[in-house]
Amino acid sequence: MGEFLEFRDVAKAFGPIQAVDGVSLEIKKGEFFSLLGPSGCGKTTMLRLAAGFETPDRGRVFLDGADITGLPPNRRRVNTIFQSYALFPHLSVWDNIAFGLEVAKRPKAEIRREVEAMLRLIQMEDQAGKKPGQLSGGQKQRVAVARALVNKPQVLLLDEPLAALDLKLRQRMLIELDMIHDEVGITFLYVTHDQGEAMSLSDRIAVMDQGRIEQIGTPAEIYEAPRTSFVAAFIGDTNFLESEVADGLDGEYCRLRISGFPDVVAYNDKGIRPGHPVFLSVRPEKIRISRDRPLPDTRINVAPAKVEDVIYLGPTTKYWVRAGGQRVLVLRQHFRFFLDEKPIRWKDDVWIWWHGDDGFMLEGFRKGDEKLVASPPQKVGEE
Amino acid sequence: MKKKIQEAALTIPSFVWLLLFFLVPTLLVFVLAFRPPDPYGGIGPGWTTATIRDLARHPYWVIAWRTLWASAVTTAICLALALPSGYAVARASPRRRNLLLMMVIVPFWTSFLIRVFAWRSLLHPEGPVKKILVLLGLASPQTPLLYNNAAVILVMTYTFLPFAILPIYAAAEKFDFRLVEAARDLGARPLQAFRKVFLPGVRQGVVTAVLIVLIPALGSYVIPDLVGGPSSEMLGNKIAQRVFVDRNLPHASALSVVLILAVLAPLLAVLFRQRKKEKPEIILEEGG
Repeated sequence: MGEFLEFRDVAKAFGPIQAVDGVSLEIKKGEFFSLLGPSGCGKTTMLRLAAGFETPDRGRVFLDGADITGLPPNRRRVNTIFQSYALFPHLSVWDNIAFGLEVAKRPKAEIRREVEAMLRLIQMEDQAGKKPGQLSGGQKQRVAVARALVNKPQVLLLDEPLAALDLKLRQRMLIELDMIHDEVGITFLYVTHDQGEAMSLSDRIAVMDQGRIEQIGTPAEIYEAPRTSFVAAFIGDTNFLESEVADGLDGEYCRLRISGFPDVVAYNDKGIRPGHPVFLSVRPEKIRISRDRPLPDTRINVAPAKVEDVIYLGPTTKYWVRAGGQRVLVLRQHFRFFLDEKPIRWKDDVWIWWHGDDGFMLEGFRKGDEKLVASPPQKVGEE
Repeated sequence: MKKKIQEAALTIPSFVWLLLFFLVPTLLVFVLAFRPPDPYGGIGPGWTTATIRDLARHPYWVIAWRTLWASAVTTAICLALALPSGYAVARASPRRRNLLLMMVIVPFWTSFLIRVFAWRSLLHPEGPVKKILVLLGLASPQTPLLYNNAAVILVMTYTFLPFAILPIYAAAEKFDFRLVEAARDLGARPLQAFRKVFLPGVRQGVVTAVLIVLIPALGSYVIPDLVGGPSSEMLGNKIAQRVFVDRNLPHASALSVVLILAVLAPLLAVLFRQRKKEKPEIILEEGG
């Protein structure tokens, strides 16, 4: 199946701020696609460009093969679920859902049938007469979904739809949204700053920063194989190791020089030549930690380290260790935990190691992205 | 208890003021309508309902009808102008908004009477408006711009327009314009979104604007007197005539009573409706 909603080199500025800076994006029919990024990254502007609330300064937007760049919102077969829901306060739940059909002058009987079907879908048949002011947050959210879906849009645009809900309700609505997507089978374009939401719902994710797309891929691709330091740091936690390619190894592996570390083996799928500087990203849960030195293996990178901080989190423990002059975050999952086991403590000497396949050489690195990584608490009385 | 005393202390001064200078004089007008006139412009002894019964015999219906429709047309035009203005001002950037609001308020810096006289010279047969219209071929040199109903409605609209814009702006400023976007998103054309979402959203401002324009318009006296002709007299002019020309205070009072009642009736209707609507709505908590 080909692209359904397509942005072709789209740019939009608001005064001096370049909100969207030359973005090309293709979303497939029926796909649950997320735009993920921090606030101000341009993801909401992308959504508003798709909805027709903004017109791009440059580039075109296509829907199902037709150029919709200049069409006003009412002539696009897309509907939006707003962050604030934007339910009409003077209309009942029923009239809110019927709004789009009534504006389209559909026959009365059809409107009644469609609205009732929607009320059933969101399980609010008995609330049809209420005004939005009488509804809870979750109910408003469901009405907003129904009000958009009743028009059978080609694409449903969702602008941080769960941001206004509390945690428990958010988790429940997450499941409901997923079920609704499976049920109606239309294309969803979902905008969020919450990586958890994006990861759990999406078929594919585009990570955005400063008006540009950093990476597009499935949740696993984005998490496991981040292309840039921004993606690596914004999604999940990671360690950045500044290094230089020393020489190639057999096949696709290469040796990296990292100051203070023994030589590090890394998977070099990008074919970076010896002598080039490169940043290596290693996820903390990929790094193992132990008091005992592991058995030597050519594919495993081992380094001695000293523990600087320990945070016990229940299912996992976070360790900040210093290895070769670098702070490294290690996340250890407790598969089996023995109360009489001697735990790793502050100032202990340990070994850390990770497999060569688990370090990712980044194509792009920006110094500022290091700040996105959760930093350890400030140490007291050290050295 | 202490709060109640505080509330009373704050309310009493304005209450006393209104009682002494508004309610008492209004009641006096009601009383005078039932007293006989004396030939010297004063009040005769005793009570009579003759004046009230007399009203029906005078050809007041024409004037009452004219008062009503001229005021209604003025109100309608004011609304038609104030709604888009209020919308535009509320959507403008804060700096522009202050400038626009200033422009609405600036006319109040000049005396109302002077502004009406200014219209007289503007609309004068030798005045600039007339000359431009003739030059553009939109009016013949014989078309009168002054001393007719159109002039009265024009100047009344000019006078009352700020009173319509301000309450509508106040309501529009609180209006959530994302609702308009939502309506457009659901397929509404710009005018449909305006009518189906914006208009209900500023309903309170519209009601206020109607009352605040219609009521003083019904009591207009200076405007029809200065820019209207003999066939654009309104009730206000008749009342003034009864006082200053006929020197018949009871007759003027009886006319005033009719006008007051005509104004009060719709006002009370609106107030009553609002009272009924203000029943507290039950807000459901989470869960369901």
